Amino acid sequence: MTSALEFTGVEKRYGELAVLDGFELSVPRGEKLAIIGPSGSGKSTVLRIAMALEGIQRGRVELLGETLWDGAKRPPEKTLRRLRLHAGMVFQHFNLFPHMSALENVCCAPVDVLGVPRAQAQARGRELLEQVGLADKADSAPEQLSGGQKQRVAIARALAMEPAVMLFDEVTSALDPEMVGEVLNVLRDLAARSDMTMLLVTHEMQFAGEIADRIVFMDGGRVVEQGPPEQLLSQPSEPRTQAFLRSVLQPGRQAPAQD
Amino acid sequence: MNFDWGYALETLPGLLSGLVITLQATVLGMLVALTLGLLLAVLRHAGGRWIGGAARHFIEFVRSTPLLIQLYFLFYVLPGLGVTLSPLVTGVLALGVHYAAYCAEVYRAGINSVPRGQWEAAASLGYPAGARWRRIILPQAIPPVIPALGNYLIAMFKDTPLLSAITVMEVLQVAKIAGAESFRYLEPLTLVGVMFLVLSLTASRLVRRLEARYGRQARPA
Repeated sequence: MTSALEFTGVEKRYGELAVLDGFELSVPRGEKLAIIGPSGSGKSTVLRIAMALEGIQRGRVELLGETLWDGAKRPPEKTLRRLRLHAGMVFQHFNLFPHMSALENVCCAPVDVLGVPRAQAQARGRELLEQVGLADKADSAPEQLSGGQKQRVAIARALAMEPAVMLFDEVTSALDPEMVGEVLNVLRDLAARSDMTMLLVTHEMQFAGEIADRIVFMDGGRVVEQGPPEQLLSQPSEPRTQAFLRSVLQPGRQAPAQD
Repeated sequence: MNFDWGYALETLPGLLSGLVITLQATVLGMLVALTLGLLLAVLRHAGGRWIGGAARHFIEFVRSTPLLIQLYFLFYVLPGLGVTLSPLVTGVLALGVHYAAYCAEVYRAGINSVPRGQWEAAASLGYPAGARWRRIILPQAIPPVIPALGNYLIAMFKDTPLLSAITVMEVLQVAKIAGAESFRYLEPLTLVGVMFLVLSLTASRLVRRLEARYGRQARPA
């Protein structure tokens, strides 16, 4: 079986700045993968490229065995759109649609993009809101919701498209500390019950260790070290991984830059 | 010079029928300006190098030439190209296109105020370009700029007397003819001024109400 995502020799630059440099990553289908690393290490860029929000300069990216990016060449808009349907993304800043209720946020894309009948999409939308613990907020406007609630709606919205690959981009970083737990609980539940491939860029080390099958540590646009959580988090072999984990797990000494 | 109330009353019916033409030109011109302006703004944003560039140059060109010259041009040159339109239609077209260029800039400000995350969320859900504009971007871009659009439409209303230059029987043209016949301009011109004053003030009040309703809507979610 082909893998869910395959990055081969990927180079991504913003002008002179190389964000990804010879980046290699292979993600088997169904894997729950956590990507950690200091800010500016290119973690979020990996997700944005997989979501076809950004292109690359060199290398190759495959999504479910189909070529998404092949060097700097931009695939036709039609191909991009078709491939985007295989992936879903949850953003650090939620990006809910402010002119729609929570329920409309969840069922608009199935109706507008897939042509699902509205009644059916709404019924499914209510199920998904219930799954993230927000059945009673269906008619609320995003501005009436707390950060944690917004992010749970955003997760339901992405799930409504039934993507094979879900990309979570620092989904708890913009939340007040007391709301992080409710979002992590939803993700924990999702990881346990679904066979979706999940990629999580996160600063929550303990959580990553709990739900991930594998953790990848990135620095300077490359994978520095990877392995099962128990090994990578407790006995990292690379000095850079050791230094990063020390600074994250003992924030008093040398706090990592947050973005 | 005394204000002759009897004469003023005499000219009033003619002026009111002229005012109807003025209002027709305003409403029709508004429809052209609002739709063409939106089209130009979207093309400018999404049209890529060639079409987007063409839209940008068209907007620039229209905004940089006087409305009166555009009116004369359409009125005297189009017939030579085999396009014969009534003076009113020519006037509506000129007003509409002229103000479409200004409205396009207003829409553009609204479009630019939609955060990038909204585009990315729509893309990540697989929205094709057309539906992305219709369902996600424009519903957020337009409400905050409705008051600004309203102000341009009031400005356009106050520009409709220019149509008298191409023989449209709008309210100023009627007043000029009445004045020329009786050699009294004070009364008809005063009445025309009062009509514009009353209607503009009413419209401004309406725009302020729209401001209260839409002005503070652009909030990120």
